[in-house]
Amino acid sequence: MLDLIIIGAGPAGITATVYAARKRMDLLVITSDIGGQAAWSGDIENYTGYQFISGPELVLKFEEHMRKYGSALKESEKVTNVEKINERIVVRTDKGTYEAKTAIIASGKRSRELAVSGEKEFKNKGISYCATCDGPLFSGKDVAIIGGGNSALDAALQLIKIAQRVYIINNTAGLGGDAVMREKVSQDSQVVIFNNSKVSAVTGGNFISGLRFEKEGRQEELAVQGIFVEIGLVPNSEFATGLEKNVQGEIKVNCYNQTNISGVFAAGDVTDVPEKQIIIAAGEGAKAALGAFRYIAQNKFLS
Amino acid sequence: MDKKVKVYSTPACPWCIRAKQFLKDNSIIFEDIDVSTDQSAGEEMVKKSGQMGVPVLDIEGEIITGFDKEKIKQSLGLL
Repeated sequence: MLDLIIIGAGPAGITATVYAARKRMDLLVITSDIGGQAAWSGDIENYTGYQFISGPELVLKFEEHMRKYGSALKESEKVTNVEKINERIVVRTDKGTYEAKTAIIASGKRSRELAVSGEKEFKNKGISYCATCDGPLFSGKDVAIIGGGNSALDAALQLIKIAQRVYIINNTAGLGGDAVMREKVSQDSQVVIFNNSKVSAVTGGNFISGLRFEKEGRQEELAVQGIFVEIGLVPNSEFATGLEKNVQGEIKVNCYNQTNISGVFAAGDVTDVPEKQIIIAAGEGAKAALGAFRYIAQNKFLS
Repeated sequence: MDKKVKVYSTPACPWCIRAKQFLKDNSIIFEDIDVSTDQSAGEEMVKKSGQMGVPVLDIEGEIITGFDKEKIKQSLGLL
């Protein structure tokens, strides 16, 4: 039986792998991708040791570090369930079933979806969750950004340089985020802001042609060729049905990264740890690995 | 004979970077097309793939959307 299964290979999962491998734990990493949200980050200037590095570059360094130890790694595999049966942690995926003495859940967060009609069919056909990636394809077009926080403002500042008109559809009374960015966005002549507004549908043919939204009880329509969704993040914790979570769906952990099921640890953005940062996720991953190592030393397991 | 490979991408998209790295690691020569600076290439990409997400790979006429490692391997005959 394996010592440890690590679910996820973002900053938390990768750091947990490095620490566990150095403790010579017999481990398996199961993940849908490498790098998680860090791979989608732009410029990083607060990861100690790097005064400046891009998200993809930092992830490449993480990955090289992890692979150095040659731990077993299953990529493009989706975990569907984690439970404890007779002192074994059983992890089920879309491709198989695995057992270990311990598990670390480090499955991170993903972009929140709008959950309106048309969203699924127009994904990549005008709807994007990454302005940095897909923005350049909307040169000279009219686009809408959904959201009103920092990531929405960041998307707006990028798209001002590319698109014709930039609409911001925000469901609160006024834009949030940092004051400096907010002022830049509000003062730009290309930008039109709709506050107290909620998107109700995305429409189009082969590609999107517009959206409908509700503003103070009235139905409005906008013709746009691009929609950028920036309404926050949700934890990838749905598969962990037996674990205690907070109202946001984040897995509750104590200061040793233990969940309510002994032997199951969690680390990084999927947990209720305060502050979601790459360096914090990495540190939490290290703590979880050391916690799992100690747990095995302190408990008896039948082969 | 080597297949002709084109990669349509934008500079900051992580899957584009990974896709190009994967090709380099396998010594595949490819044409790197930056659709953020070449608008007509962007339109060509949308027409070929029927969608607007990057990256798009054109492997001798076979269109692969996103960094789909298995499909790329199959198309290039990499084992």
